[in-house]
Amino acid sequence: MNDTIAAIATAQGVGAIGIIRVSGDKAIEIVSKIYRGKSLSVIKTHTINYGKIMDKDEMIDEVLVSVMRAPKTFTREDVIEINSHGSIASLNKILELLISNGCRLADPGEFTKRAFLNGRIDLTEAEGIMELIESKTEKSLKIAVNQVNGKVSQMIRNLRQLIKEIIANIEVNIDYPEYEDAKVITLNVLKENIQEVEQKIRKILDESKTGQLITTGIKTVIIGKPNVGKSSLLNNLLNEEKAIVTDIAGTTRDIVEGSISIDGILLNIIDTAGIRTTDNIVEKIGVEKSFQQMEKADLVLLVINNNEELTSEDIKTLKQVENKNLITIINKIDLPSKIDYNLLPKENIIKMSVLNKEGIEELKNKIIELFNLEKLATTDLTYLTSSRSIGILNQVMQLIESIKEGIINDIPVDILEIDIKNIWNLLGQIIGETYEEELIEQLFSQFCLGK
Amino acid sequence: MQYEIIVVGGGHAGIEAALAAARKNHHVLLVTSNINNIADMACNPSIGGSAKGIIVREIDALGGQMAKTTDQAHLQIKMLNNKKGPAVKALRAQADKIIYPKIMKKVLDNEKNLVIKEGMVEDLIIENSQVKGIVLENGEKIFSKAVILTTGTYLKADIMVGNKRRRSGPHNEKPSMFLSEKLKEYGFNVIRLKTGTPPRITKDSIDFNKTKVELGDSEYLSFSFDNIYYYDIDKQVPCHLVYTNQTTHQIIRDNLNKSSMYGGLNDVTGVGPRYCPSIEDKVVRFSDKERHQLFLEPESRYYDDIYIQGLSTSMPHDVQDKIVHSIEGLENAKILKYAYAIEYDAIMPTQLKQSLETKIIENLYTAGQINGTSGYEEAACQGLIAGINASLKLENKEPLILKRSDAYIGVLIDDLVTKGIKDPYRLLTSRAEYRLLLRHDNADIRLRKYGFEVGLVSSETYKKFHQKLEEIEELKKILTSTKLTPTEEVNKYLLSIESTPIKDGINLYNLLKRPEISYDKIEKYLTKKYDNEVVTQVVLNIKYEGYLIKEEKEVAKMINLETKKIPFDIDYDLIPNLASEARQKLKLIMPTSIGQALRISGVNPADISVLMIYLKKEQK
Repeated sequence: MNDTIAAIATAQGVGAIGIIRVSGDKAIEIVSKIYRGKSLSVIKTHTINYGKIMDKDEMIDEVLVSVMRAPKTFTREDVIEINSHGSIASLNKILELLISNGCRLADPGEFTKRAFLNGRIDLTEAEGIMELIESKTEKSLKIAVNQVNGKVSQMIRNLRQLIKEIIANIEVNIDYPEYEDAKVITLNVLKENIQEVEQKIRKILDESKTGQLITTGIKTVIIGKPNVGKSSLLNNLLNEEKAIVTDIAGTTRDIVEGSISIDGILLNIIDTAGIRTTDNIVEKIGVEKSFQQMEKADLVLLVINNNEELTSEDIKTLKQVENKNLITIINKIDLPSKIDYNLLPKENIIKMSVLNKEGIEELKNKIIELFNLEKLATTDLTYLTSSRSIGILNQVMQLIESIKEGIINDIPVDILEIDIKNIWNLLGQIIGETYEEELIEQLFSQFCLGK
Repeated sequence: MQYEIIVVGGGHAGIEAALAAARKNHHVLLVTSNINNIADMACNPSIGGSAKGIIVREIDALGGQMAKTTDQAHLQIKMLNNKKGPAVKALRAQADKIIYPKIMKKVLDNEKNLVIKEGMVEDLIIENSQVKGIVLENGEKIFSKAVILTTGTYLKADIMVGNKRRRSGPHNEKPSMFLSEKLKEYGFNVIRLKTGTPPRITKDSIDFNKTKVELGDSEYLSFSFDNIYYYDIDKQVPCHLVYTNQTTHQIIRDNLNKSSMYGGLNDVTGVGPRYCPSIEDKVVRFSDKERHQLFLEPESRYYDDIYIQGLSTSMPHDVQDKIVHSIEGLENAKILKYAYAIEYDAIMPTQLKQSLETKIIENLYTAGQINGTSGYEEAACQGLIAGINASLKLENKEPLILKRSDAYIGVLIDDLVTKGIKDPYRLLTSRAEYRLLLRHDNADIRLRKYGFEVGLVSSETYKKFHQKLEEIEELKKILTSTKLTPTEEVNKYLLSIESTPIKDGINLYNLLKRPEISYDKIEKYLTKKYDNEVVTQVVLNIKYEGYLIKEEKEVAKMINLETKKIPFDIDYDLIPNLASEARQKLKLIMPTSIGQALRISGVNPADISVLMIYLKKEQK
């Protein structure tokens, strides 16, 4: 009946391969939810299997998965080890998915602790674990709190306060049914409240995505018709001759990557093959890849030649990037303009001449503005990158869904409160606070009750 | 030795303790300071209410008395939260303050193993940390094998009104002067608590035209699973609602320093209950409120007193007069008994085992307000458990310990002994984490078996209960096996009751999962008529299946931790890596399981890990 726990088992940041270890009676069930490959519940124990980690329909990583069923494992529980290619970003994402689906992040030394409690290792080893745990004891309460600093922890705290007030209100409705001053929380009122909570959490999750950009970088894709100056722009940004630049249309067929740092934030730039209708098979693959890259990008830089009229292809591309974070670059402003500006987006247009190195600073400033980087760089966003917190918030979102479904099905508020309380507890886990008495305090401070 | 068990105190805890022990065939002596005050309802006239009403049902399921007597003695009864979910429904009755004690006294008198004696207990006889009996005020010693203290608010009680304090129990009764001092000497941590009671006014001095009527329910209800109705629905006595106003509040603010609690007395140390603030507290703490509700509750059919629920105060008499007369409807009200605050001694309940036996002195049990609780129901259920466990101990049997997932009683006792108290403890639904399982309707299903095992539920009653269980299973089976096919007739019917037509066959069980389908809508497909209680159980289990499963999973987790026992002789000083606060708390509370240890505030998960590893090591 132990929780199923997960943790990254290899040292972070180095090594070509990273391992995530999962242990507990739900290990196979939970990993199966995010794994595509041979069904883990039927394959033989102690085997290694190839498959993919999926976030719904999106592939996160190709992995090797070792399945080891109890009792012949380190912890004597079912154990799964996921071998990933080791980029911190994908390891964190996998961990986040595991937590979203019901794993708990393992405490320090917890795998070893279980190994001991389940009779797998002996006393001398156990002494070591106790010390390990003990060194954390004095700090443990603080740790969770320190991981979540500043703005976000305040947001979570406010959210928890809101939820606590809802719960206290529901409790007063139950314990003091004749008390007139307390608003009655009906399903409709609850619906509004829950929507508010949902919006706020979604905002935190969205922002946490921006936050993750800090460590993983902003994926930037340069697109445009052939020979509008995409590779020149890239080289200019990178200050090196990386892409092959010629003035013959269609030279860049491979995707070339490079990174620059703007205000300390990583910009991963991907050049693409020029987008045009073509019969050349090699080029066609390049064009398709360009579109794929575009889909995944955090930022799209669309380069347009100032000296050419916009074609139907340009309009089509513009349509495709409509919902992306887009900066439209009008290149070659040293040449006469033939562009109808009415056909372009109204915002985020940068005029430049890559050849003459004009407009590069403006572009950088625009990017900073668009991602709020100035603010990001000065705010403490440690938390935003924590897979654990994001995983927990995803669990909260699942509970919110379940509450919304309950509201539709006319489930009484006091029963839905079970899930509301769980949300409160989960949020408490993020900032390291779960204290039942708090609720009762709230009850009596918020409402004037008595005989 | 004449008596096996002595119960000290004839309040709601003492009665249940004495009856339980006597019914389990032990010779019981109940000592009370005043026989005429047995089962006295010293404060409000109501029994039950949210969470508390469920306790009364639990007392009944276990074979206690409170539910049965209330059924015979109330002025009105209603189901609270009737429009809310099944988990929070609870009964509340206005009991007749004359009839209730009268019936209780008769029940006690008819108990063949029970003797009642008048006297003030001032000391215990203790040998080798084991209780051997009691000492009365006059020096008389009475011996027994076990003693249950249910002293209520009588330990060193002080009544406070305005700037006056005098040593007295409720209704000018004599308090016990020395017992709490003796308990201190024996090593108990004695704390001081405080509570209050509002004024009573005469019925004929109230202008009822200016009040709002609050009636009892118009369907027959009973606390006891016997389902016997002793009353006439139409002859229930109403309550009435009135409000304080700005004038009332001004009077209170102007006279604040005269209240015992706000400077009238400067030696008040007792901690009052958060859930039962005085009217002064309400006006001070919630200054933006324009008015506060007050309920006028009749105390009896046989006398004129009306209890003003919500107006508890420790103001001097002249201010109380002004306060009452400022209220619309009470302009000419005549006060019969003035409000007062009362301070009394209690023991910190962390000094108790889950069985309610004290940790320091063997065979000594405590129950009710002495354990820091408040409320008749909270007292009664502790009395019942103490009575049962004192008896079981004499029978060399394991004590009855209800888990938090078994009963509100389990929640209450576990809270007391694990967390201790800061102010008088009242049970609230929010204290129970498995509320959906601890319902009004299933108290018998949860607890009858325990009542039967300990011998308080007769085999006849138990047989009847088993029939109910069988019928529940039967109905479940029938609902699963009865299938509707998508005929024109069926779909026409479904449309007529505003439900969606079916395309494939569906059994009644799954049809009932639809929110718009109630049992009476599908009853026509059944051949047998089932009792309401049976239907309720089955339907609830279908409608809320998902949520029930969720809670049961949580319970399984908790029970798993609960079964990891901690030996009673564990020496926490030998565990090297515990944090110092955890060590201190663990030594004080002496939890019996890992689960209980986890609920102690100040004991962190890391400490639990250390403890578990240590225990495992010791096993080897």
